[in-house]
Amino acid sequence: MSGRLFFYAAALAALLTVPYWIHGDYYVNVSSQILFYAIFAMGLNIIAGYGGLVSLGHAGLFGIAAYSTGYVLQAGFGHPLAILTALVLGLASMAVYAVLSLRTTGIGFIMITLALGEIIWGLCYRWISITGGDNGINLHGRPHPFGLSVDSPTAFYYATLAVFVAALASVALFVRSPLGAALMGTRDQPRRMNALGFHVWAIRFWACMFSGLLTAIAGILFVYYTQFISPQAVDLTSSAEVLLMVIAGGAGTLFGPIVGAALVVTVKSVVSGFIERWNMLLGAIFVTIVILMPEGLVPGTARLWRLGVRKFGGAGKPAVTGAEP
Amino acid sequence: MTFWLLLTVNSVTFGGLLFLLAAGFSLIFGLMRIPNLTHGSLFMLGAYFGATFVGGYLAVTFDFWIAALIAVVLVAAFGTVIERFLLRRLPGQQMAQVLVTLGISFIVADFCLMVWGGDPVRVDTPPGLTGVFHYGPLVFPHYRIAVIVIAALTALALWLLLDRTRLGAMIRAGVDDPDMARVVGIRVSQLFTIVFALGAGLAAFGGIIGAPILSVYPGLDQDMLPLALVVVILGGSGSLLGSFVGSLIIGFIYNFGQALLPELSYFVLFLPMLIVLIVRPQGLFGRFVP
Repeated sequence: MSGRLFFYAAALAALLTVPYWIHGDYYVNVSSQILFYAIFAMGLNIIAGYGGLVSLGHAGLFGIAAYSTGYVLQAGFGHPLAILTALVLGLASMAVYAVLSLRTTGIGFIMITLALGEIIWGLCYRWISITGGDNGINLHGRPHPFGLSVDSPTAFYYATLAVFVAALASVALFVRSPLGAALMGTRDQPRRMNALGFHVWAIRFWACMFSGLLTAIAGILFVYYTQFISPQAVDLTSSAEVLLMVIAGGAGTLFGPIVGAALVVTVKSVVSGFIERWNMLLGAIFVTIVILMPEGLVPGTARLWRLGVRKFGGAGKPAVTGAEP
Repeated sequence: MTFWLLLTVNSVTFGGLLFLLAAGFSLIFGLMRIPNLTHGSLFMLGAYFGATFVGGYLAVTFDFWIAALIAVVLVAAFGTVIERFLLRRLPGQQMAQVLVTLGISFIVADFCLMVWGGDPVRVDTPPGLTGVFHYGPLVFPHYRIAVIVIAALTALALWLLLDRTRLGAMIRAGVDDPDMARVVGIRVSQLFTIVFALGAGLAAFGGIIGAPILSVYPGLDQDMLPLALVVVILGGSGSLLGSFVGSLIIGFIYNFGQALLPELSYFVLFLPMLIVLIVRPQGLFGRFVP
């Protein structure tokens, strides 16, 4: 247990000191991106990993939060109203998603969420009077939470980190909560849960709402980071990317989505500077993960680690006892 | 009046192309329960291959129909490889299936961008079909009518295959109850490969047939995949009739929506699907709820 605490402390210390050991604004910005995409992926992981409900339309919710922020700011209102509107509209859209798509599970759920995401993409792309169409919406400036400026890359990184830690803690609490346990129950044994008197639909619905909240928060951070929102952030590729972050890192694990987000963002923004065909590389990485570690990077590595420890331990002990006498 | 008639012909043509795309998607989905997210890529790959063999890129040029045949065979072979070496290893694991099919679609999209570049590739209308029909004040290109005929013939051939042959009976048995089909001695895993190759070939055929109308461009895969999805949800998975009716409905809604409600065209496109999901979750002609 103390080993785990030490790990958390080390990880937090590493994250807190990122701007000091990573040089250049560019890489600090990449770190911010990893953090808010990790929040996005954690949000999707709530339903995809813990609930077994794979959504391929989450970029639509992400986009609604981002577009609402942009639209309200463009209309001349302040940051608090913009953020509030984004959260409310994001959650309302999630409720619509949930009511429509929770009629099925499995592949049906994938298909319906994909179609819903496409509807939102179509609206963002074509409803030019509201969304600006392909030109998108430009923002001017970031909010000043508690009077602090988050305009510099480092300040924005710390603001994102604070939100990220809160999100991670809330997910950890959720997973340990009765609702989290019930959600995993509905994933593994929906009929048995129903027979035990649990309201399977309601459990899934509230899990969806929590997922939508994290997704909306990530969308707000995204639009404040890029200062720009266009239909590209809402399209099927974006929905696919965040789902791939979850699955590649390890669906249904606390840290899997974070590792997945780090992998995808790094390939997209760092490796793409060196390799022109980075999209192909990303695809190849996904296929390789499926072949070698179908359960995802975090559980897969943990399995290999345990295997290694057992082998090492098994070989080490006789050697020690043999050396002593 | 002219406007409406032209729009109708375009809608039926587009519906025909959608049918070629969606029929295979529906069979794969119905039989294997796999959300094949590479299906748009297979359509695009077929179109690019066809464009390459038709002209300009290679030392030899082929007749349009021979080029189409080569493209179909190549893409069907590619589909067989995907099924045999990747999807075969992941029965029932939806997330892994999503990951691998999306991964392949990323690779295919980037491969096409690398080989054929970012500019749209035009494919000439096959010689002999370049003319137009005149009917009063109306003008219909021959090729659009030909696409409708080809799609209708393909639908007929598929129906004969599924409804009148032994193989078709085995596929239908697999769609209805895979476990029971296995028990009575049908080699369902072999059917998977056949159906996947058939679906891939049909998608590629749709791609090359559609190329003179749609032209071929990066992102074609992302444009077509959601449409195939809507058709299958609307018509019902695993049902040929469902794909046929669904494709026509979506062909009409797509064209009329773009002409009449350009700002909300995507919204009206997905609206009937949502209504069907709420009223009849298995789709208009589907046999099971996915």
